[in-house]
Parts: sequence; structure tokens; C-alpha cells
Amino acid sequence: MTTQAALPLTDAAFALTLALLLLAPLAIAGVALINTGLGRCRSAAQALLGNLVLAAATAIVFALAGAALTGNLPGTAGGTGHVFWLAGKPWNWLGAGSFLLGGLGAAPAQSQLALLFEFLAVALAALIPWGSGADRLRLSAGCAIAAVLAAIVFPLLTHWVWAGGWLGELGTNFSLGVGFLDGGGAATVHVLGGLSALAVVWIAGPRKGKFPKEGLSTALPGHNAVYVLFGCLLALVGWLGWNVAGAVLWLHVPLAALPVTAVNTLLSASGAVAATFAVTRFRFGKPDASLCANGWLAGLVASSACAGIVTPGESLFVGLVAGIATPLLVELLELALSIDDPSGAITVHAVGGLWGLLAVGIFAPQAGQLLAQLVGIATLLGLVLPLVYLLFWLLNRVVAFRVDADGERIGMDLHELGGGAYPEFVIHRDESYR
Amino acid sequence: MKYAGLLVMPAGFFLSISALVLFADPVSRAAFVLCGLAVECLGLVVAVRGHMEARGDSRR
Repeated sequence: MTTQAALPLTDAAFALTLALLLLAPLAIAGVALINTGLGRCRSAAQALLGNLVLAAATAIVFALAGAALTGNLPGTAGGTGHVFWLAGKPWNWLGAGSFLLGGLGAAPAQSQLALLFEFLAVALAALIPWGSGADRLRLSAGCAIAAVLAAIVFPLLTHWVWAGGWLGELGTNFSLGVGFLDGGGAATVHVLGGLSALAVVWIAGPRKGKFPKEGLSTALPGHNAVYVLFGCLLALVGWLGWNVAGAVLWLHVPLAALPVTAVNTLLSASGAVAATFAVTRFRFGKPDASLCANGWLAGLVASSACAGIVTPGESLFVGLVAGIATPLLVELLELALSIDDPSGAITVHAVGGLWGLLAVGIFAPQAGQLLAQLVGIATLLGLVLPLVYLLFWLLNRVVAFRVDADGERIGMDLHELGGGAYPEFVIHRDESYR
Repeated sequence: MKYAGLLVMPAGFFLSISALVLFADPVSRAAFVLCGLAVECLGLVVAVRGHMEARGDSRR
């Protein structure tokens, strides 16, 4: 499948894309349920409330400031970006749109849809590190993290990839395929979210009792597999809407080819969950529900990059690789690298997204596309991760990420909300505090 | 050590970008971009090892 030059959206394409974007919040709901289910029962209400509040915080901050920096809406000077020239080439590095969504109503239909897509995308990006910080990340810290992502990092990356920025223009300026391709937010949402999760986990540290003084790490399983697995099903619906809308908006795929994008999304997720099922069955004797959920999600994340570009067979292959890698990497991160990531977001979103972006380069027919994708990956790892870590490190000085020891002992629900998610449950004493 | 690793990573990024500016030949560009990625991976490994050492210290 090849991408086409951007044309103004027809009425049918506008209506279809808008309808698809109205399905996309189901992906957010799915990830919120997965985050909650993979945490502990004494933090469940705080986790789910956090997902809600973080989504709201990102929407407000993105509307106030972030949207202007994406450059989707023309600024007061008429331009959409700040450009510097290097070696005779323009480098459009920052959007210059109107603040407070000025001119939104008069903007072209495509710009309005792009902005709606980005509103939803930034909410999802902020939920990813929230899941990794489960059971110890304070609600105020989560909101601050979401605000930083929505105000600075997400708009910057979005401008580079989707709004005429230098990564998207690598094809025009350096003859690298058609420029960096990211049809459904694999880079701008998932890799950004996954790398933010890594930064949060590094700064906040592991949950108490996770890595005891002696012996292997302690298993702290998620408290509700039903939430997790139902979240996966919800996520599929949202992802279908997201990937197909992204294919229209960012890849300019013709309407007749959109069913293939949807089929690719489903095949990638299916291949991934089948592979994870087989790997966990082989390694542990029985399939592991939470790892299978992670595998499913990793397949969806990988499809975010490539569903609008690859063939169904290639999409299945992408999903299979993501599904094989996910349980092995989750285990590696926890057992070998001492990284406590309750939701598996670093593996699922960061690694799954990077694999999807690489797969675009491998399977796209355009010459130079692989190099464009590698430059994009180099940007994510070499610039975005250190930037996010620096911003979060500074933020942690102002708003402490981690709850105090007493709060962690009694659970985030009682400590932060004053009441639990399951008031009629008997919560047993934690072995790790004896 | 973690901070050293994180500081090395942008060096890899700038190496990748300089490949685009300095070379027109696709092979040289690809080689430099891959070298940049390798430097970033090296930085990530150093940062992860720094994290592991810090965790090891806190366990003692």
C-alpha cells in the first residue's frame, strides 16, 4: 500500500473520519481499565480517577497552550511554524499557531479533524506513564506530568511528525522516502508515552517490597484480570477508529483502501496475542492472562505505525514479532533490569511502537523510507527520552512524584481519596511489610 | 552513571542528524544514522546499568 499526496477532504471522508474519531475514546477507556486492573485493589479508585483527571488535564492544557505549538491552526502572522535553515534546507522545528484555539471554527475541515485527533492522542499519551506509576504515583504528580506532556513534549513531537515539521518533511528535503511516517500515533502517542513511563519509573522508584533485599523480585499481580481483558476488547474498537482515521488524515489513504487498514489492525493484535499465548504457555505451562493482554496491546500499538501502509500478511508478521517479544521483555525488565512497571507500558508502548515504526521502513515500497524511520527512531530515543527525563526530574523537585511510605502502606485510595474502591472487601495484610 | 548515559543519548541523535546534512550518498548516510543509533543504545545501556546500581545500593 502506498500513501498519496494530501488533497482536501471530501464530505464523505470528513464525515467518516469524524465518526471514527468519536470511537477513539474507547481506546482511552480500554487503557484506563487495563491500568486499573493491573494495579492493586487498594489503589483502584485512585488509578481510575487518575485516568479521568489526567485526560481532563491534558485537554485543558493542550487547548490553552499545546495546540498552538503543534501548528495545525495558522497563527496571527499566518504561518504555522518556526523555521531555521541549515545546509540550505529548511528545518521546521516548532509550530506557531494561535493560542487558546483561536481560529478553530474558521480553519479547514482537515485541520479541525487533526486537532480533534491530537486532543484524544495527548490524553492517551498521558495515561501510559500513569499506569507505570501505579500504587505509588501521587494524583497531583500525575496531573503535573500530563500537563508537561500536553504543553511541551507532545506538541513538539506532533509538529515534527504531522504538521509540516522537519521529520515529516525528510522526504521533501532529503529524499528519504515520503518522510517519517506514523499513521496512528505510534511515535507521538505510544513511544512518547512508553518513554515517559520509563522516566517516571526511574524517578519514582519501585513499589515497596517489589525488590526485597535478598532473592528475586516479588510478584505483585494485578488485582482484576476481568478489567484488563475487557479493557483490551474496548481498546480494539478505539484502535480501529484511531488507525483508520489516522490513515485518512496523516497517510492520505483513499477511502476504498480503508478496510485493509482496519483488517491490518485486527490481524496485528491477533497475531500478537496468539504469539504471547504460545510463549507464556511454553514458558510457564499455562497461558498468562495479563501478559496476553499486554501482547494484544503491543500488537495494537505496533499496528498504529503500520496498519495503513503494510499488507495483511506483513501486519500479521508485525503482530507475531510484537507478541513474542512482549512477555520476554516484560520479564527482562523486571527480573534483570530492576524496573518495576506494573502495566508493562515500557514494553508494550515504547518497544511495540518502535517496532511498528521500524516495520514501516522495512515494508514500505518507497526508497529511503527505512532511513527516514531510523532517523525518527533516533529522535525518539536520543532526544525525546532525555528531554522527558530532564523535565520530569525538574518536576519531581516541585511536585514529589512518590507518595510517602505511610501512603504506600495503606494504599493510594485511602491515602489520597479517603475511601477504597471496594469498601466491602476485606483487604489482607501485605506480606512485604512484616 | 544514569545521567552520563542520558547525556550520551543526544550525542547519538546529533550524529544521526549530521549524517543528513553532511552526506548525499545513501550508504554513508545510512552508516552514520546507524552509528548514531548505536551511540544512543550505548547511552541507554549505561543509563539502565546506572539505575540497576542505584537499586542494588538501596537493597543493601
